[in-house]
Amino acid sequence: MPSSAMPATGRPVDGHAPLAISATRLRKSYGDKLVLDGIDLHIPAGSVFALLGPNGAGKTTAVKILSTLIAADPGSGALHVGGHDLAVDPQAVRAAIGVTGQFSAVDNLITGEENMLLMADLHHLPRREGRRVAAELLERFDLVEAASKPASTYSGGMKRRLDIAMTLVGNPRIIFLDEPTTGLDPRSRHNMWAIIRGLVADGVTVLLTTQYLEEADELADRIAVLSDGRIAAEGSAEELKRIVPGGHIRLRFTDPAAYRHAALALGEFGRHDESLSLQAPCDGSQRELRSLLDQLDAVGIEADELTVHTPDLDDVFFALTGTGTGTGTGTGSGTGTGTGTRLPDQQTKETVR
Amino acid sequence: MSTSITTHPVQRPVQRPTRRAHAVRDSATMLRRNLLHARLYPSLTLNLLLTPIMLLLLFVYLFGDVMSAGIGGGGADRGEYIAYIVPGILLMTIGGTVVGTAVSVSNDMTEGIIARFRTMAIHRGSVLIGHVVGSVLQAIMSVILVGAVGVAIGFRSTDATALEWLAALGLLVLFAVSLTWIAVGMGLISPNAEAASNNALPMILLPLFSSAFIPISTMPGWFQPIAEYQPFTPAIETLRGLLLGTEIGHNGWLTVAWSVGLAILGYLWSTARFNRDPR
Repeated sequence: MPSSAMPATGRPVDGHAPLAISATRLRKSYGDKLVLDGIDLHIPAGSVFALLGPNGAGKTTAVKILSTLIAADPGSGALHVGGHDLAVDPQAVRAAIGVTGQFSAVDNLITGEENMLLMADLHHLPRREGRRVAAELLERFDLVEAASKPASTYSGGMKRRLDIAMTLVGNPRIIFLDEPTTGLDPRSRHNMWAIIRGLVADGVTVLLTTQYLEEADELADRIAVLSDGRIAAEGSAEELKRIVPGGHIRLRFTDPAAYRHAALALGEFGRHDESLSLQAPCDGSQRELRSLLDQLDAVGIEADELTVHTPDLDDVFFALTGTGTGTGTGTGSGTGTGTGTRLPDQQTKETVR
Repeated sequence: MSTSITTHPVQRPVQRPTRRAHAVRDSATMLRRNLLHARLYPSLTLNLLLTPIMLLLLFVYLFGDVMSAGIGGGGADRGEYIAYIVPGILLMTIGGTVVGTAVSVSNDMTEGIIARFRTMAIHRGSVLIGHVVGSVLQAIMSVILVGAVGVAIGFRSTDATALEWLAALGLLVLFAVSLTWIAVGMGLISPNAEAASNNALPMILLPLFSSAFIPISTMPGWFQPIAEYQPFTPAIETLRGLLLGTEIGHNGWLTVAWSVGLAILGYLWSTARFNRDPR
């Protein structure tokens, strides 16, 4: 049988990856506040799925529900994790998953090693195997030196590593990572990305939440953009970027003559006469950048300032939800991608990097 | 094409021991965790021991003459007052240690590790059971320490048989279990350590309104029924009877009824509270 595209329905098709996580019409509200307004998630086993959104979008709530920490509202549809119904057999779900939350879920009062052995005991590993697993993971996450110190003395990055190491003790096949890099310094963040890639290489299914487009881009096979409790768009990183007004280069001049000259040379797009700046569309690639610079060189113009703007989460949100532009229609029409609302270039936020 | 073929690691056969074996094992693990906490941070436990020891010394050595004249009817006999006060101080010690339980439960619930426990396939109640067993062990240890101070200043049991000693120990354990479950509930409803220690204050105040320091019969008439039937007084009277041979009467049954009742109430309250969705 020739291979075909991923099945669109929630049912596993023979030979294809079954769904590790499937949720339909997932709803949750606290009192009057609607946090999740019926989201659908279908995550094939062995893939990395990112929930991307700002604070308050409902990412953490979704993770809390799917990891059995809190219950979904009664109006929700079927929720399955690891093949088990969340409502019927939460213990079976718990046996299949590992969770690393936004706030480190380590016992601060005891040492890193004691934390690991605690997990081994709770997974009912025989003593000897528990010690071996704990030692291996401490080694793998570079915590050997700190193992005998109380977790309260760890840095943010170390705590996050211990947290993930603890999650891995039970060898879970589905892992929830709630904002795994929030609050980490760049080095620790890159460390964490390497760790997550390592998990994926082992065939683990990962549901990741993040506020950073870059992070979702780096790690995820598919990304759902969550906004106000709805999925505004879902697709691969490439698909999402296509619906974002592209990146651009901004050139600023102090000399009005040079500005007019450049505007003529580059064509009449993106003129800002008051600020004497030009915006040229550019995907940030070396090739496009060079061709633009070559054009300027050809007419002998030098810009006083040049900034490259790549699409970021802000842009995605402008594009997908129209918030803040006054024209917002809050499309949020399920999972359709590719045809998202396009914004005029001028509406992109002036983020100078 | 091979791209769509994903390998599925063979699922380890999930061991499904009986629920009870699970519960015992997980509770033992949680107990070890709580004992580690107590071992690493003994100051809280020791602070709570100070109150009963201070009160013991205060009442015996500063107020002792007046107090003993008050209880004995005859002259001032400090030795007699020591015998009178020690059983009450021992039960007050339990009241003091469970204040520590409320505080540590409340602290624990703010820790991320509790959320982790909730998403693991462990026996749900084990988190609380670990706290309760750990706390009861601490309470009994504390009682032994305070009891040692009592013996050091001259407390002696009169004619208690081995069976009576055993019953006394059983009483202390039962009483500790019941107060601990209530304290766990208090810890669970408290948003922070300060609130927990305030909420649990009755545990250490109630003995002051009991027969621990003075006989009920010397209290104002309107207050006597309150003092007589609150949980501490029957327990104190029963312990006195077991260790010193005084009349126990209906106090034995009252103690058992109070303890079992409070334990069940505290258990139901605590587990219901713990099983609620966290925010």
